Amino acid sequence: MELSTHKNDQPIIGTDEKVVSPWLEAWISFKKNKLAVIGAFIVIFFILVAIFAPLIAPYTFKEQMLSNRLLPPSSDHWFGTDDFGRDIFSRVVYGARISLWVGFLAVLGSIVVGCLLGILAGYYGKWVDTIISRTFDIMLAFPSILLAIAIVAVLGPSLRNALIAIAIINIPNFGRLIRSRVLTVKQEEYIMAAKAVGMKNSRILFHHVLPNSMAPIIVQGTLAIATAIIEAAALGFLGLGAEAPNPEWGKMLADARTFLIQAPWTMIFPGLAIMLTVLGFNLMGDGLRDALDPRMKN
Amino acid sequence: MLTYTVKRLFSLIPVLLGLSLVVFFMIRAIPGDPAQLILGQLATKEAVESLTKQLGLDQPWFVQYFHYLGNLVTGDLGESIRTKAPISEEMVPYLMATIELSFCAMLVAVVIGVNAGIISAWFQNSWFDYVAMVLALIGVSMPIFWLGLMEQWVFAINLDWLPTSGREEVRNPVTAITNIYIIDTLIQGRTDQLVEVIKHLVLPSIALATIPMAIIARITRSTMLEVMRSDFIRTARAKGLKMFWVVYKHSLKNAIIPVLTIIGLQTGLLLGGAILTETIFSWPGIGRYIYEAIGYRDYPVVQSGVLVIAFIFVMINLVIDLLYAAIDPRIKYH
Repeated sequence: MELSTHKNDQPIIGTDEKVVSPWLEAWISFKKNKLAVIGAFIVIFFILVAIFAPLIAPYTFKEQMLSNRLLPPSSDHWFGTDDFGRDIFSRVVYGARISLWVGFLAVLGSIVVGCLLGILAGYYGKWVDTIISRTFDIMLAFPSILLAIAIVAVLGPSLRNALIAIAIINIPNFGRLIRSRVLTVKQEEYIMAAKAVGMKNSRILFHHVLPNSMAPIIVQGTLAIATAIIEAAALGFLGLGAEAPNPEWGKMLADARTFLIQAPWTMIFPGLAIMLTVLGFNLMGDGLRDALDPRMKN
Repeated sequence: MLTYTVKRLFSLIPVLLGLSLVVFFMIRAIPGDPAQLILGQLATKEAVESLTKQLGLDQPWFVQYFHYLGNLVTGDLGESIRTKAPISEEMVPYLMATIELSFCAMLVAVVIGVNAGIISAWFQNSWFDYVAMVLALIGVSMPIFWLGLMEQWVFAINLDWLPTSGREEVRNPVTAITNIYIIDTLIQGRTDQLVEVIKHLVLPSIALATIPMAIIARITRSTMLEVMRSDFIRTARAKGLKMFWVVYKHSLKNAIIPVLTIIGLQTGLLLGGAILTETIFSWPGIGRYIYEAIGYRDYPVVQSGVLVIAFIFVMINLVIDLLYAAIDPRIKYH
């Protein structure tokens, strides 16, 4: 390394700097962002809670003790008990499974479908693009939670249908994102080169276009999980999501409404859990955006 | 400006057609026989047949769609299965209740959000900045239905400052004229009722305003920071202009466009969020109208409610677009 003989006060391009991969660079800048790290810790915490729920929860989520109805928080029942005498701490712990599951799965679904449609629209253009883009426009013309409610109203209320509805309403966001990425990447010289050497369209799409769109998808995906969790809880709260006795956080809040005066703890803890989880994903998403895609920063 | 307005109005046509198409197919997407599902398993064959006819489900879909579209254009939204009343008439008081609530919420969100953002940018890295931005972060992540319940618990039940739910004092009901109760009580000079109406508005407005307020505060802060670093602001300060005017006149004017966009987008979110807020606070608005209709499987009401909200959302975005074309002449040439 003859270049390393230069002194530090002589900034010459490409000297002492190690060549870092963009992902490592992003990781380094993510680590420096305190809020983002806090967010990541919250997210990891809730993921661990969800995985180890049976070990953490002192009771199961449906164990009823009718003699213990609406007990305030105590050393036996950290978060108190609900109107069926079920331990709220255990239910909140098990509820993490449902919320995270719905959040991840719904967003994954919208990413897959959104990417496919976005790629079709961006790569093939013309009437394909017109149809897909107009459909996205129309979907985005509905307030998203309203569209979700309408979809569940049609399909019938259940956790599965709530998940489907949340996945559907998020499709246009990812579709548009990918479409615009495809349009930019399409102009790059290496794509032209790939075409010139006779590479197939499908190979270009999956080996060049998609990997080049990963960063914004990850950012948008993390933030979308936050909204998806709130939307799922909102549907649960309206009685359009999870069915009893599932300990879905939104559903727990709906049940707690009746006991607002007698037993406010039935309402406080599930809501706190929703807020913290969503905050975690939002902080992490903001941090990822700053680290991965500085241009998206507002 | 006129050509831009006309162009923008024409661009609405495909979106509005699309909206009507989505809403039209909603009822047809119901698995199984919609008429049977609406009436329940015990319904007679005749009842099912007559409802099928009423919903027009016995004809090919494009005939039905054109029929539906024709009705929409004349303002006919069909009739409710449950009450048999024409939906376009039945909906008005609900819609007005939602408009009153949303307007108050947006007012709270804009006034507090924009000012918090401005002050945060002005005194960047001060304690106010930190507190405001942490609150904004929490606000963005807030499930508003939980916030609503917490508000009820703290301010209505424990402190007993404000009413838990509803729109008016039940023993002293407001005589509806426009169905926007603030206006109605003002017209009638009933200050006692006006105070009650405002008291009922406070908690639901704050719940509904939280998320837009947080987002508006964040966007205002970041755009203001950008603008305040620009040369013309330095010039304004160098020539000895008071900081207050630099911030509120010169900077804000240049930072307002992204803020306006966000306000437009948030209004749509607000209309969606109204369903949740209205459920918690028993607010007799359009969200609750739709929500109750879902419970009764009154699909024509659900369809029309969803369509009307989406229509209002599209119109708000139109107004916002025209507004910033008026503020920023560069936009209309794009």
